[in-house]
Amino acid sequence: MQLVKNGKIATDIFVHVPDGAELPGDGAVLVTATRLLEDAEALSTRSGEVGVIWPNNRDVDDLVPFLDRLAVVALVFPTFRDGRAYSQARLLRERHGYDGELRATGQVLRDQFVFMLRAGFDAFQVKKQADAEAFAVTANRYSVFYQPTGDGRVTALNRRMQQRHSESAGQ
Amino acid sequence: MYAYDELDRTLINERVEEFRDQVKRRLSGELTEDEFKMLRLQNGVYLQLHAYMFRIAIPYGTLSSKQLRRLAHVARRYDRGYGHFTTRQNIQFNWIKLAELPDALADLAEVGIHSMQTSGNNTRNVTSDQWAGVAPGEIEDPRIWSELLRQFTTLHPEFSFLPRKFKFAITASAHDRAAIKIHDIGLRLHRNSQGETGFEVLVGGGLGRTPFIGKTIKPFVHGRDLLSYVEAILRVYNQYGRRDNIYKARIKILVHELGVDKFAAEVEDEWRAMGDRALTLDDSVIEEIRSRFTYPRYEKLPHMPDELKQAARDPLFERWRRNSVFTHKVQGYAIVTVSLKPVGGPPGDATADQMDAIADLADRYSFGEIRVGHEQNLALPHVARRDLPALWKALDKIGLATPNVNLVSDIIACPGLDYCSLANARSIPIAQELTRRFANHDTAELIGRLHINISGCINACGHHHVGHIGILGVEKNGEEFYQITIGGRADENAELGALIGPAVRYGDVADVVEDIVEAYLALRERPDELFVDTVKRLGVEPFRERVYATR
Repeated sequence: MQLVKNGKIATDIFVHVPDGAELPGDGAVLVTATRLLEDAEALSTRSGEVGVIWPNNRDVDDLVPFLDRLAVVALVFPTFRDGRAYSQARLLRERHGYDGELRATGQVLRDQFVFMLRAGFDAFQVKKQADAEAFAVTANRYSVFYQPTGDGRVTALNRRMQQRHSESAGQ
Repeated sequence: MYAYDELDRTLINERVEEFRDQVKRRLSGELTEDEFKMLRLQNGVYLQLHAYMFRIAIPYGTLSSKQLRRLAHVARRYDRGYGHFTTRQNIQFNWIKLAELPDALADLAEVGIHSMQTSGNNTRNVTSDQWAGVAPGEIEDPRIWSELLRQFTTLHPEFSFLPRKFKFAITASAHDRAAIKIHDIGLRLHRNSQGETGFEVLVGGGLGRTPFIGKTIKPFVHGRDLLSYVEAILRVYNQYGRRDNIYKARIKILVHELGVDKFAAEVEDEWRAMGDRALTLDDSVIEEIRSRFTYPRYEKLPHMPDELKQAARDPLFERWRRNSVFTHKVQGYAIVTVSLKPVGGPPGDATADQMDAIADLADRYSFGEIRVGHEQNLALPHVARRDLPALWKALDKIGLATPNVNLVSDIIACPGLDYCSLANARSIPIAQELTRRFANHDTAELIGRLHINISGCINACGHHHVGHIGILGVEKNGEEFYQITIGGRADENAELGALIGPAVRYGDVADVVEDIVEAYLALRERPDELFVDTVKRLGVEPFRERVYATR
């Protein structure tokens, strides 16, 4: 497992604290959704940053009230075939305005990077070292995008309209 | 025809390079077969009984002669010299080698065709009426919207890993040739009282193990809102569609379990919450896409040219014309269906030589355009009526003038156990035997319109549920058996067929079908009462009695 953040291989400073384990007094922690919902107070009195691992079968509406105190939201791909977290990611970014770290975890392979970036992920817990190392190349594999998402990439339709406008302006 | 621009070309080339890398990683062992499986499926590559099968999309069934020649080239260079047209405006090659696939894809990309999302749990090839743009009475060309949807669904970052496959079909005619009611999303283009173009949206149709006819969740979605509304549907499905059981993962099950009203309300809520709607299509964007479709410059021609009057004296020509030639929206022109159902042949197959020959004929007689229909036939959409006799002769020479379009031997069939690793029973030999039984074209014409559909397993690729006569292969104690249904149909009055009786053995299928047809001939009220209407009027019982009385 290798963390890739903002396009580069990075060290994960977040310690994963399972349910039942004692919360360290300081330092960055990643907790489960259950702990976040049940121990919100204990978490908010700590000094370190808090992130949550949010399961892909739980409505992100439940997470929304906590977003402004979270440093990381980690969404889960139990297998890479299970694409629910793509919808969660877009909802968090585009509807709920979450601008902290959005981390993809689980079975994360290089072949999903472009989709994930477009859905709003900016951190990746990559399963294979070779995939993590190939991040930059893979992430730039595509230069044409048909759909508008919150990542701001210009869609093919918009590029065509821009071309048309510049052509007609030049006439 | 839609002309790819630089952006479309760039994207498919980027896709080819990505797949090349994926194949390389698989061959080197860097990717496990499980990991690779999903990736190859996203590119239309299945592992079948004998080899890899490669499925290529023909979006909304429109092909240029250049593209068809390239398919012929792929058949020759990478396969065994033929291809199989499917029920979803795709073509399949059955003997492809994994290591050569990236090259085949690159060859296809040069003419703007690809295999993206022709399998896997994603949005599949967007299908439409094969007569789009030429059918009389059409509201407008549905391919403009099909193309908008094609682009929207291609490599969608949110919906490329859905619970299960997802299929769209669009029609813009009163008579539905695109089978929209058996699709995950069916779109019927129509105009509202203000004269604006929009869509009736049906959801949750589909065949397979649990067949459903699609239900309307919104009677009118304005054209400009098509993509945002579709995104809302897909988002609801992506989040709530079942992933615990592959047989319950299609959207039809979600719609069924929630109830159509609740599902429609969920979609409506999501759609409203989407707010700003980056997906809203303004008129200029729609025009941009429309402007890249080119249409032939039709001449002013008579409806009844001399060539046609003369040829009418030839009964063989007349028989072909009656069954294969259809009314075009422009006077003096016709739509010609090219039957890929020769007597004794596998339905939907075409050889590379035939593909090349059809491409030449399209250049000569149809402004270089070919269409592919879900009935597994091809069509030449813009033939001048004066050219019909010459075209008929040319088609006959290459074995493509079988005068059986829409008749009993125009059978729809999946590849079945001869190729498919999912199949329980053979489909192709059943179809071949039936075409031999009904080889007499006079008898076939006497019987009239009758659609037989054959699937080799419950996945229903041959759409057996909606065949006038549906044949489903099953396996019982290691033996092939066939369940037979009657009364199904896939058009605007779509209905699922009803089981006629106990399953029969492989060797008995053709006899049973003959008995059903004989029963129909005896039971029909008038010669022009179609088989499916007789079944509707009388129900299954009189057929069951006659067919099973002696069995």
